[in-house]
Amino acid sequence: MNHKQEKVKSYRQPLSKSRRGFLGTTRNIGLAILGGLTWSAYVDEAKANKLLLRPPGALKESDFLKTCIKCGLCVDACRNRNGNIIFDDNGKRVGTKDPTLRLAVPGDNKPLGNPFFIARENPCFMCDDIPCVPACPSGALDILSVTNKKTKKLDINMARMGLAVVHKESCIAYWGLQCDACYRACPLMGKALSINMQMNKRTGKHAFLLPVVHSDICTGCGLCEKACIVEKAAIFVLPRELAMGKVGTHYVKGWDKKDQQRVGVAQSIHTIDKRSEKKAIDKLNNPGGLLDD
Amino acid sequence: MSLSRRDFLKSTAAASAAAAVGISIPDDMQAAATATQDKWRWDKAACRFCGTGCGIMLATKGKGLNRKIVAVKGDPAAPVNRGLNCIKGYFNAKIMYGADRLTTPLLRMNANGEFDKYGKFAPVSWKRAFDEMEKHIRYALKKNGPEAVGVFASGQYTIMEGYAAQKVMKAGFRSNAFDPNARHCMASAVVGFYQTFGIDEPSGCYDDIELTDTIIAWGSNMAEMHPILWSRCTDRKLSDPNHVKVVSIQTYINRTCDLADDTIIFRPQTDMLLWNYVAREIVYNHPEAIDWDFVKKHIIFAAGPVNIGYGMRRKGEPSLTPARSDGSSGRYDAKEMQTISKEMSKKVGSREAPALAPYGYNEGEVMKNSAGTLKHWHISFEEYKKSLEPYTLDYVAKVSKGDPDEPLDAYKAKLKRLAALYIEKGRKVVSFWTMGMNQHTRGSWVNTLSYNVHFLLNKQAKPGNGAYSLTGQPSACGTAREVGTFCHRLPADMMVKVKKHRVIAEKRWHIPENTLNPIGNQHIMKIHRDIEDRFIKFAWVNVCNAYQDSASAKHWLKAAREVKDLFLVTSDGYPGISAMVSDLVLPSAMIYEKWGAYGNAERRSQHWRQQVLPVGNAMSDTWQWVELSKRFTVDDLWGPYTLRNGTKLADVRGAAQAMGYKGDTTMYEILFANDRAKTYKADRVNDPIQRGYDDSEVFGDERNVVGSDGKVFKGYGFFIHKYLWEEYADFGRGHGHDLAPFDVYQRVRGLRWPVVNGKETLWRFNGEYDPYVKHFAGPNADFAFYGPIAKNLFQGNLRGMNKSLGKKGLKNKAKIFARPYMDPPEMPDAEYDTWLCTGRVLEHWHSGTMTMRVPELFRAVPEALCYMNPKSAQEKGLKRGDLAWIESRRGKVKVRVETRGRNRPPRGLVFVPWFDEKILINKVCLDATCPMSKQTDYKKCAVKIYKI
Repeated sequence: MNHKQEKVKSYRQPLSKSRRGFLGTTRNIGLAILGGLTWSAYVDEAKANKLLLRPPGALKESDFLKTCIKCGLCVDACRNRNGNIIFDDNGKRVGTKDPTLRLAVPGDNKPLGNPFFIARENPCFMCDDIPCVPACPSGALDILSVTNKKTKKLDINMARMGLAVVHKESCIAYWGLQCDACYRACPLMGKALSINMQMNKRTGKHAFLLPVVHSDICTGCGLCEKACIVEKAAIFVLPRELAMGKVGTHYVKGWDKKDQQRVGVAQSIHTIDKRSEKKAIDKLNNPGGLLDD
Repeated sequence: MSLSRRDFLKSTAAASAAAAVGISIPDDMQAAATATQDKWRWDKAACRFCGTGCGIMLATKGKGLNRKIVAVKGDPAAPVNRGLNCIKGYFNAKIMYGADRLTTPLLRMNANGEFDKYGKFAPVSWKRAFDEMEKHIRYALKKNGPEAVGVFASGQYTIMEGYAAQKVMKAGFRSNAFDPNARHCMASAVVGFYQTFGIDEPSGCYDDIELTDTIIAWGSNMAEMHPILWSRCTDRKLSDPNHVKVVSIQTYINRTCDLADDTIIFRPQTDMLLWNYVAREIVYNHPEAIDWDFVKKHIIFAAGPVNIGYGMRRKGEPSLTPARSDGSSGRYDAKEMQTISKEMSKKVGSREAPALAPYGYNEGEVMKNSAGTLKHWHISFEEYKKSLEPYTLDYVAKVSKGDPDEPLDAYKAKLKRLAALYIEKGRKVVSFWTMGMNQHTRGSWVNTLSYNVHFLLNKQAKPGNGAYSLTGQPSACGTAREVGTFCHRLPADMMVKVKKHRVIAEKRWHIPENTLNPIGNQHIMKIHRDIEDRFIKFAWVNVCNAYQDSASAKHWLKAAREVKDLFLVTSDGYPGISAMVSDLVLPSAMIYEKWGAYGNAERRSQHWRQQVLPVGNAMSDTWQWVELSKRFTVDDLWGPYTLRNGTKLADVRGAAQAMGYKGDTTMYEILFANDRAKTYKADRVNDPIQRGYDDSEVFGDERNVVGSDGKVFKGYGFFIHKYLWEEYADFGRGHGHDLAPFDVYQRVRGLRWPVVNGKETLWRFNGEYDPYVKHFAGPNADFAFYGPIAKNLFQGNLRGMNKSLGKKGLKNKAKIFARPYMDPPEMPDAEYDTWLCTGRVLEHWHSGTMTMRVPELFRAVPEALCYMNPKSAQEKGLKRGDLAWIESRRGKVKVRVETRGRNRPPRGLVFVPWFDEKILINKVCLDATCPMSKQTDYKKCAVKIYKI
């Protein structure tokens, strides 16, 4: 996790107990209103689909589900965002295109009523003014997490909706074909998604141009996934929790001064495993069959 | 020499050609039809899209009607791409199967079933379609003569299609109103080749990429437009990253800049300043770098007039008449006339004045323009040197710096490094360009400027060294240029205006002397203008999309629908813009539904066989032309005519009779079903080339398409593709354009002409590699620039020629031209404050008729965006994603603003691609052309952008 994210994290407000209580109540009322038929669907879908992509600035999934009041204002804002409105030749508004964000309905197999998006169908276009976030009345979309601390301006580049992942075997760039459609579609081209150039020894005269995602910059907007030209996208966005590994805090890259920030407040180290679980003295006093023939 | 070679070629067994290409083809990759997995048949073909010329293999499955393309692969034996493709190539298998393929002729009709210009399209038979075409061609010929029958031709014709169309137009209709979309793409390069070398097409080949030390992209976004070539450039860079240098010279940052050691962002049009700067550095500051032995032996210096206008409409043309007091003229309003008036005269501007001073023009002076001319004359080296004097670093940097936010010193340092790379002794340099230098109101000039630098340093026509013009279209070279499907050309670099050339063509085509029309001035913009002028009455769009791809589109779209007695026909696979404004739409067989051949940008000719039957009742363009030729006889077409300019076309009917033709002999019998054609047997039993393959023109097919005579079409009964190829190829054999026999190409992955004694030629004009050098200049010649065009010139200086000094020949020599920087006719001003540049994106081909129907490519890039600098957008109150109007003096379109991503213009310039028929950017573009090549400048005009 980079410096910027650390900062973002620190802006996030812990939920106060009373607010949690309030949300809990409204949620229960919501459930009570639902008819019996949809109830069972709700129960299944409420088990939080871990693969969902949430709007920019969304709190951690568990907090998000508790905080989001399913009002749909973010979806309205997305529908009416710049560039989604259809005008006639006289500049008169005649409608809108489908918004990126939508609220889960029964049958979506997703927690009902919460906003999400499907990158392959309609990715986040990373509006500079991020209309969906200020529209959120509950704080489920945390405006501070997408606000530049210095300029006090909204900065969509700070959003972390997910992380793009490349499946090399189905990415035709890894076959040597000249594609990089994802790279050209990336709003942070060259930063979030760059091209690794390698010589193609098979042909002897062409180069591989391989897409590589940088998790410290990628916002998870999904424009790459939409642009991917193979049958099922070879580059796709996963929630960051699912897509990212994590290195322990006991080792710092000796060649990278910034890496110490990753480690943060290191813990004192105490380990135990199968080999070390017995006390030393017990092991020494119980050599077992060590001296057997 | 030529005779024996021709004999040799005739007797050469096809198998030897495989060895000639220098690669052994593994058995399992043989193109021949062999049984393979799951009854798939793999056969070779060329990619449908750009001028790179990648080889592919197509798998088809099923029998007869049910045989369909099921898969495609890059051809691992193809030297260009070795099995790789870009994403357009990856989708070759899908381009023919869009849901809205045209399957039957469609005619605009009224309720009574009569043709009605203002009726709705309804299906008709092929017979009815040809009846209507015949009727309207007869009307056009009667009304205004052969010049009133026009064709928008193509650099995407197969070679045989282009050749068949050319014969019907020029030999049959005696019309030279026949010009390809390649005019928009390569014409400036061609003038550059003709003026410099006396013969068309590049001296080098793609092997230069692996052999060079320096790759300089001049206004060419190769990474998106020639991805496979760019991957070769990338590989070369990676092979020796410190030594190999890449410079990207552009008007905005694009994908090609990713690999570059230096990116030079220049103000549109000022590439001419940059070339002249490099030349000045050589001549003034590094004279020791000039290879005087080479220059004295092989080069002369030349100049031509500079007041040649901008290829726009000229005063007196019907649509510019009358001139009114409000500034408007004819069909052009006052705003449009602000720009068009520069065609007649202009004031010398402050930017161009220093460059024009040696030619006798001063700032503020009125320059009276003549119409473009190809005229030029000898000058001395001293005069050439004088022409370079103004291009100091200070002047060039000040005028050419394209990014207002870049510090001048940093920019100057880049220019110095650029010159140093060219000059460095022993460093090999390749300069690549495509549309940036060709689509340019001084495109012919800037093409010649590139050779100047390479010639001075003796870095041309050598392995790894050379100025290299890439092509955009798959057969801009093979068909448009080599076949000569231009208004002024005949096959193999011959010209309609040269009597000797016409006689050669008339003999080969077995038509009477004086049949061919000597006036070849109806280039593609002139055809549009002649329609607007109510002069052309019949026009046919072939394998292109002339109503989406031409600048000032509003005028041509209007004319298509408003000229009551114009009959416009479009042949296409899909309903594009051109079809939408047509009166008759014909369904064409697409690429792998017919036999064909393309020629790419390294002179490589590649053939393929028909892989599947066309969909519906679609038939190939060759078939459409041949069927049309059945409708016209000697008496119909070969009587006397008087052309617009007073030139008389002779009555050749008597001469035709003397040749054994009768008054009612059809053009089909003369031009196609003749004695020679019938020697090419239709034989699917014994001929290994034809065996097992469909040939809808030769045999008809299981669809039993009802043809132009109302009967089921059963085929011509002779091997027409081979006939067309061999007759065409004979034009160039022995003249530096030698092509191998038809059968050879079916077995190899293309050959780079001239193919002499079974061997292809990698570097032309270089004695080590090109057998013609010794043929023309003797056994010891190291170089010979043997092209025959414009090789006997008057003499003069920068200000003009002096006929009294007489003419001087320059056999086997090439030319270095003095050519100044000049402003374009339209530049940003207070109202129209932004440059507009148009072009392509990797995902889509040209007007998108094919690639926008591949769902994956449509999803990847569903609409054209206006790429814009974020600061400029902010200044105009525009946000990313906003819909904005982009408006010029000619028209406006709505387009979405993009401030991020692949193209990043400097402040003051926007880029909009033209593939999207919903965002018809050519309504905004200006139809100014290079006045010599007549190629439109799509790269610069002035626009304003504002929020809707």
